[in-house]
Amino acid sequence: MPEVTKEVLDLSAYKGVWVFLEQVGGEAAPVSWELLGVGRKLAQDLGVELGGALLGYGVEHLAQEAFAHGADIVYLMDDPILKNYRTDPYARGMINLIRKHRPEIVLMGATTLGRDLSGVVATELETGLTADCTMLEIDPEKKLLKQTRPAFGGNIMATILTKDRRPQMATVRPRVMPMPARISGRTGRLVKEELGVQEEDVLTKVLELVKEPGKAVYLDKAEIIVSGGRGLGEKANFALIEELAQALGGTVGASRAAVEAGWISADHQVGQTGTTVRPKIYFAIGISGAIQHLVGMQTSDVIVAINKDPDAAIFKVATYGIVGDLMKIVPALTREFKKRLGTTGA
Amino acid sequence: MHAVVFVKQVPDSTEVRIDPRTNTLMREGVPSIINPYDAHAVEEAVRLKERFGGKVTVISMGPPQAREVLKRSISFGADVGVLVTDRAFGGSDTLATSYILSQALRKVAEQEPVDIVLAGKQAIDGDTAQVGPGIATRMGWPQLTYVMNIISVDPDKREIVVERKLEGGKEIVKARLPVLLTVEKGINELRYATFPNLLRAARYEVTMWGKDQLAVDPGKIGLKGSPTTVGRIFPPPPREGGEKLPGGDDNPDQVAALLADLLIKRNLIADR
Ligand SMILES: Cc1cc2nc3c(=O)[nH]c(=O)nc-3n(C[C@H](O)[C@H](O)[C@H](O)COP(=O)(O)OP(=O)(O)OC[C@H]3O[C@@H](n4cnc5c(N)ncnc54)[C@H](O)[C@@H]3O)c2cc1C
Repeated sequence: MPEVTKEVLDLSAYKGVWVFLEQVGGEAAPVSWELLGVGRKLAQDLGVELGGALLGYGVEHLAQEAFAHGADIVYLMDDPILKNYRTDPYARGMINLIRKHRPEIVLMGATTLGRDLSGVVATELETGLTADCTMLEIDPEKKLLKQTRPAFGGNIMATILTKDRRPQMATVRPRVMPMPARISGRTGRLVKEELGVQEEDVLTKVLELVKEPGKAVYLDKAEIIVSGGRGLGEKANFALIEELAQALGGTVGASRAAVEAGWISADHQVGQTGTTVRPKIYFAIGISGAIQHLVGMQTSDVIVAINKDPDAAIFKVATYGIVGDLMKIVPALTREFKKRLGTTGA
Repeated sequence: MHAVVFVKQVPDSTEVRIDPRTNTLMREGVPSIINPYDAHAVEEAVRLKERFGGKVTVISMGPPQAREVLKRSISFGADVGVLVTDRAFGGSDTLATSYILSQALRKVAEQEPVDIVLAGKQAIDGDTAQVGPGIATRMGWPQLTYVMNIISVDPDKREIVVERKLEGGKEIVKARLPVLLTVEKGINELRYATFPNLLRAARYEVTMWGKDQLAVDPGKIGLKGSPTTVGRIFPPPPREGGEKLPGGDDNPDQVAALLADLLIKRNLIADR
């Protein structure tokens, strides 16, 4: 108990909102800029500065991009040891930066890298970490970060608080927050820090990095997504989804039920345990609209839902709803879009 | 080689349904299962045992009924099952959970040194992927997450080489033992439990450890040891809009033409 009391007293020593600026091979992950967008708003509401933590090798050029996307300060650790991502040196770098500069909030992307790193940093600092937040706000009275995420397999959202530890840490998936406008010429302060880790002390080595661009399904970058669910009834009917996607020049998505049924591979899954998407048009076909699916697609610009059940939850988020049998409606849509867009399809 | 696997009991999400009238979760009759990723972690540990000899210890934290996932692990070929269970552990968030589990791991390692720790890449109910890294951090051991393939293990040189899944690619990484791995489903194919293992599982008495059996600091467990608290729970915000297009069943061609008009008017797709 005395330990905890001491930390409560220390809270005011923590100031500022930080974003971990994720990069691979000198190329920034777009989620870094998305987080600067939401971080900017949080910093404004708190009346503090927005910082970016940039770790890597030969990555100084990204600091300028961070300023253009809203950062006031960039803390840079540029070291050959940080060339490829490895948990240990990156975590030690982040922990040292946080201990020295004491931000009150640290945001990271819920990417493979961000998930690997955030758990280590939060554990070492013995602070709270909320994964996969869909909303981040400042409580106007208590000045705490309200971290909202879909809760525990249920049809509910929960707002999580980290009251008496610092920093308050949260991860956000790519494409959940909008991309902020890039203001060219906007500048900030660059603070260079030493990593202070020797290669001999690192217990892991990257032997080889393999890029497999052909294999990845770029759902999170698609402008039009056509998703199918359990309502398709059987694997053969999934072809209807593929044909419509082709007619529209879109990408195929799926609910978890369709993936679990083996109709399509898991990298097409949209939702809490799949990919979060934000396309211009999202088609949900034979999908009921479970919360775990909705959280992955409800920020799409336009949602078209096709379902035979007029009370299906998906209609609550749909811009355009069509009640009826998908077996009749989807082929009609494919014919119509082929005609109107002049696509041929298969 | 001594492998320790962390497993969790979760509700079978594929069976979870939403009540369309009340819009709430229908929990009734939803069966509990071993977290699917963890099942693959157990399988991988058993394969290591088959290659190198040694033993597989499986640890879970949860209420007494979570014993079932340990018995299930025994049926897959694990040797020892330990359930970490205590009312005082209730309400633990990921930080407190990784603390409690790391204390259990220390106790297991005191009895017999541990070479490899495995866990699923995440649990399907909470999805945080935080507990594995939390345990590795507390042990001061390297972690390799999202492992798709164990390429080689050298128990003498104390080295392991694995393939990790990355966004749009993969990497081959070497690490020093002891190490903690979190695994993808694709790392192996589950096998059917053998009859002797099923029999053993049915009769197996799971070891139970509470707070008194583990050297835990009372300030670091349960609600008190959890930095995060749930402030408010609420239904997801409704989305604006919502227009039902008529004629779905009677005249699909007409509704298709109407939708195409609307999307073209909004400049979302281009008319020819
Ligand atoms: C922790 C957790 C994580 C999860 N993560 C995800 C996730 O990432 N993504 C995800 O999608 N789910 C996820 N789920 C599962 C989710 O709860 C639902 O079970 C799943 O989304 C249901 O898929 P569905 O809508 O395809 O199937 P169903 O809910 O069975 O819906 C099928 C729909 O098809 C309609 N239909 C049937 N026949 C026709 C027809 N002929 N014409 C028109 N409509 C028809 C029905 O009216 C129904 O609405 C998760 C669950 C949990 C607990």
